Formats: sequence, structure tokens, C-alpha cells
Amino acid sequence: MINPSQKLNPKLFDKDIEYAEIRKGFGDGLVKSAEIDKRVVALCADLTESTRMEAFKQKFPDRFIEIGVAEQNLASVASGMASMGKIPFITSYAMFSPGRNWEQIRTTICYNDRPVKIVGSHAGVSVGPDGGTHQAIEDIAITRVIPNMVVISPCDAIEARKATIACAKTKMPTYLRLAREKTPLITTNETPFEIGKAQVLFFSKDNKGNEIRADVGIIATGALVYKALKVAQDFEKGNDGVEIKVKVLNLSTIKPLDDDSVWRLAHETGAIVTVEEHQIAGGMGSAVAECLARHYPVPMEFVGVKDKFGQSGKPDELLEHYGMGEKDIKEAVRRVIMRKTQ
Amino acid sequence: MQLPKLTDEKAKFLSEKAHAIRQSIIEMLIEAKSGHTAGPLDMADIFTYLYFHALKHDPKKPDWPYRDRLVLSNGHICPVLYATMAHAGYFPISELQTLRKFGSRLQGHPHREYLPMLENSSGPLGAGLSQAVGMALAERMDFGKTSDKQFVALLSDGELDEGQSWEAIMLAGKEKIGNLTVFVDRNNIQIDGFTEDIMPLNPLADKWRAFNFHVQEIDGHNFRAIDEAWVQARAVSDKPSVILANTISSKGIPEFERKWQWHGKPPTTPEEIAIARRALGIVNK
Repeated sequence: MINPSQKLNPKLFDKDIEYAEIRKGFGDGLVKSAEIDKRVVALCADLTESTRMEAFKQKFPDRFIEIGVAEQNLASVASGMASMGKIPFITSYAMFSPGRNWEQIRTTICYNDRPVKIVGSHAGVSVGPDGGTHQAIEDIAITRVIPNMVVISPCDAIEARKATIACAKTKMPTYLRLAREKTPLITTNETPFEIGKAQVLFFSKDNKGNEIRADVGIIATGALVYKALKVAQDFEKGNDGVEIKVKVLNLSTIKPLDDDSVWRLAHETGAIVTVEEHQIAGGMGSAVAECLARHYPVPMEFVGVKDKFGQSGKPDELLEHYGMGEKDIKEAVRRVIMRKTQ
Repeated sequence: MQLPKLTDEKAKFLSEKAHAIRQSIIEMLIEAKSGHTAGPLDMADIFTYLYFHALKHDPKKPDWPYRDRLVLSNGHICPVLYATMAHAGYFPISELQTLRKFGSRLQGHPHREYLPMLENSSGPLGAGLSQAVGMALAERMDFGKTSDKQFVALLSDGELDEGQSWEAIMLAGKEKIGNLTVFVDRNNIQIDGFTEDIMPLNPLADKWRAFNFHVQEIDGHNFRAIDEAWVQARAVSDKPSVILANTISSKGIPEFERKWQWHGKPPTTPEEIAIARRALGIVNK
């Protein structure tokens, strides 16, 4: 069942659930942050509209810098602004920032310890028709490996807004990963959000209302959290001819990892499936595996891209083609349960 | 704003200070047994001019908010930065001997985490001008054009091979940043050879001019010329300035001068060390 304390969208599993762009949530959060704190400034590399920085630019033209198609400069100019006390947000497509400007992010932002917020839009294969060049599926790996960096991958537009406002308040360099497409609104304004804290969105209770041990834990991040929830719901109802109790963790902060929540879930369920729109190598699942290998190793399955580049297509057909559909998550759940009982 | 005059007496003082800084640089490198020789020696005059005459700064209050900002882009010449800062009073001159050693604040390439009084960490080339432009843009957001704070970026000629350098040059030109002055160490060498063989930069002045910079070419070892260029650059308020400082690599050690082989190594053999010390008048070693 949906965890009531999370105050999720009451229409979560309804056909007419609302959709919104995760990137739009960032755009709203950026304006809000700028209203709260005048040190917040924004820089863009010629993608102001599509990274949803336009509203900020309209409202705070004097605090906006257009850098042109120059992502390396984008990162280092922001570093310079941060050294003068600003809190810069920089946007481009994730493939270009942090893709193209990784070394500038490492040296001039993280090594330099400057609180620049790197916002990578159009992450994942669900960018769709633009094709593989524009589908960043390596960005979690290359950002989480840099010391000082915080990595956040919000599950919907509302969480993206909260994450934006929250990261503007920290002194940490931060990577905020955003998807392009409209995705279902999972959370509400009342849903708790804290950087570094994973949230249990779905669990099981008995007739008396006591929480009972789940058979498997799904740890998901980004827009695929919704698919994980649908899978949990289907298994709870026995829609596929089998009842499996699933607990779903929304791991929106990938770094610093909420070690406690992760290993506790492994301890409770004895079987973990990670779900992300990213290469399996080096991504969120890898971060979870690093944690569990240290604290509480259990059988794990990874849902993500298996060492391939993306291609043009519709978002859903790409997700299915690359093994990140609901069917794939369900198969991973069955596999991991089989492994745990063997 | 009235700039301080460079009197003959002050020029002589700067010349002596630069000589002492060169001595420190070579002793640091000999002790460290690795590091770069050519660039630090050839930029000693400009560093001395900036720290002992031109810049508004306070070694006792490194985080004084009204200080001018100096961004070293080619971090590998940091021996000259460290030596100048030590001679200016930021930290003890004796600490220079810790260069490149474990636990030292004086990392092989500058790192703010170890030496927080630095404006930036650097090493990977081509990123310093971007940071100086960002600093100046932030200042303009807060104070408009009323601020007389100066932003100085120090670049090598070799790092102009980096595409990012030109991204930053383009942005500075677009934004007409009048309080930005770039010094380019035009020593004509880089690790693999002479710049014009490795990746020709000429006509370098025309290139900067085309990007909407105010351009001056000077003798980078003549304090009078450096001063005149600085005063000129300060007077230009509607565009950024670049001073292409023609320098002699490894300046001060004739046997090493103009030889690209000295870009990235220190004197290590007894003969090389003796040559270097003799040229710089270091005795009792």
C-alpha cells in the first residue's frame, strides 16, 4: 500500500493522474529560490527555454547570464561568480553539462569548493526522438565520483522544485538531474523532502494495520520511481497471478547516499532491485551495491541500460527496448526473489 | 581613481624584490626536485609589479572583501605565485621549501583547500579567464560600474591552445568588462617546443583585437613598460584589456633562457644547480 505518511498524490494509480515536466519543477523552484535569496543567479548555454530557465530570465534579467554554446566556460564562469558570493545555477542538457565540461566541474567547481548547482536537463533515454547523442545515461556515474559533489535525481516535478530550493540553501556543489518528458505527479507539496534522505513510498500492512516484512525492496530514482510503484501495486493485488510484497524506496539523493535506509531495506527484505534510467555501470544501482557490499550484502538485480547507447524513438518504446519497462522491473523482482530462496 | 606613480626609487625596489623572488623560486624548485622553471622565472617581474605596486590587497587580511582579484590560470607556474605571496607577507618565506611535499600548503598546482587565501585552484589549463570573467560579472551585478575593483587574469601563451580560453575571451568581449585585465606570458614556449611550432598563435594581438579586447604588447621585464600598460588598461572602461607580455623564458639564468626544455623541469644535476645559483647570485649554498 501507499505509505500514508508520505502524503502522495491521491490519484497515484488513477488513469487521470496529472503529468508535469520535471524540468518545469526545477524552473519554478529556481524562481522561488531567487525570491528567497538574492545571491541566486542563473547561467545558461543557449538552452534557456528548454531547460526551463526562461521564467527566471524574465523575472530576474539582471541576474541572468547567457553564455552561448560553451559549456566549459559555463561551469568556470559560474565558479568565478560563486567565489564572489553568488549561488549560481547553470543549465544545459545533461549530455553537455556535466557531459562535455566534466573536468571544469571537477577542478573549478568541486576541487575549488564552490557552491555551483549544475542542472542537467534531458537526462535518460526518454529524451526520445533526438537520439543517442542527446540521451545522457552516464551522468550519474561521472558526477557521483567527484568529491564534494551532491547528486540529486528527483522523481517528479514537485520533488524537483523542492530539490532546487533545498540545494540553493547548501554550500555544496550539486548535480540536479532532470528528465525532459512530462511524468506522473507522484508527490504533493506535503510530501517530505530532505537532501540525503530516501523515502519509503510503498510498503505492506496486515489486516490489523501493522507493517509486515516485504519480500523484496525496490530502490528507484528519477521518473522511473512511478513504474516501480505501479509494479509494487500490481504485485500487491496479485494482478500477474502472484502476490509479492514490495517495499519501494525513492532514492532521490544518490550522493550522499542514505546508507541507513538502504541497508535496512536489504536487511528487511533480503533482496533488492534498483531501477534507474542510466547505465547500470556506475549509476545509482552501483552506489547501492557499494553500500550493501559493505554493510549487508543480499542478492541484487539492476534495472537500467546494459552498456548500450540510446537511439531515436518514443520514450516508452525506448524504455522497454533498453530493459527499463514495468515488465523488466517485474522480471527483476521475480529473479531476485528466486535467488534469495535458492 | 589616482593610481600610485611608479617612481624611479619604486622601480628599483621592484627590481630588487623580483630578484629575491627569483632566488626563492629556484631554491624551491631545487628542494622540490620537480616543478616548472621557465614560466615562474619569466613572470617574476609581473607578479612583483602586481603584488608590490598595482593591486589593492592586504596580506594580513587575505579575505578582505574589497581586495582586487588575481586569478592564476596556468597553475603550473605557482612557484612564482607562492614566492611572491611569501615575500609580500602572506606566509613565512621558510614555508616555500615545503613546495610539492606531503602535507604542504604549497601543492604542486594551487589548491584552495590547502591554501584558502588563494582565489582559485588551478592546473588544468584554459579555465582561469572564465573564472575571472565570472568574478567580474558577479561584481557588476552587485555594484554596477561604480566598483573600481580590478580583476586580473594571468595566462600562459601555450594555454591559448585550449578552446575554453577563447570561450572566455568571447564572453569578456561580449560583456565589455572594463575592469578586467589579462596578462599573457608570451614566452613562446610550451612543454613540447616553441609555441609557433606546436600550435601557431600569431598574429596573436590581432586575434585578441578581433574579440573586442584593448590590446597592448610590452616588454614583460621592464617595470616602466608594465606600469604604463597597467595604467592604460585601467583607463579603458568600455572593453576588457589584454597585455601581451613578451618575456624571456627562464629569465635570470642565461644558460636556461629561451630554451623550451626548461618549461617543466627544475635544475637537478649538481652542474645545473650550480649554474642556476651562480646566475641568480645565490651564495653560501
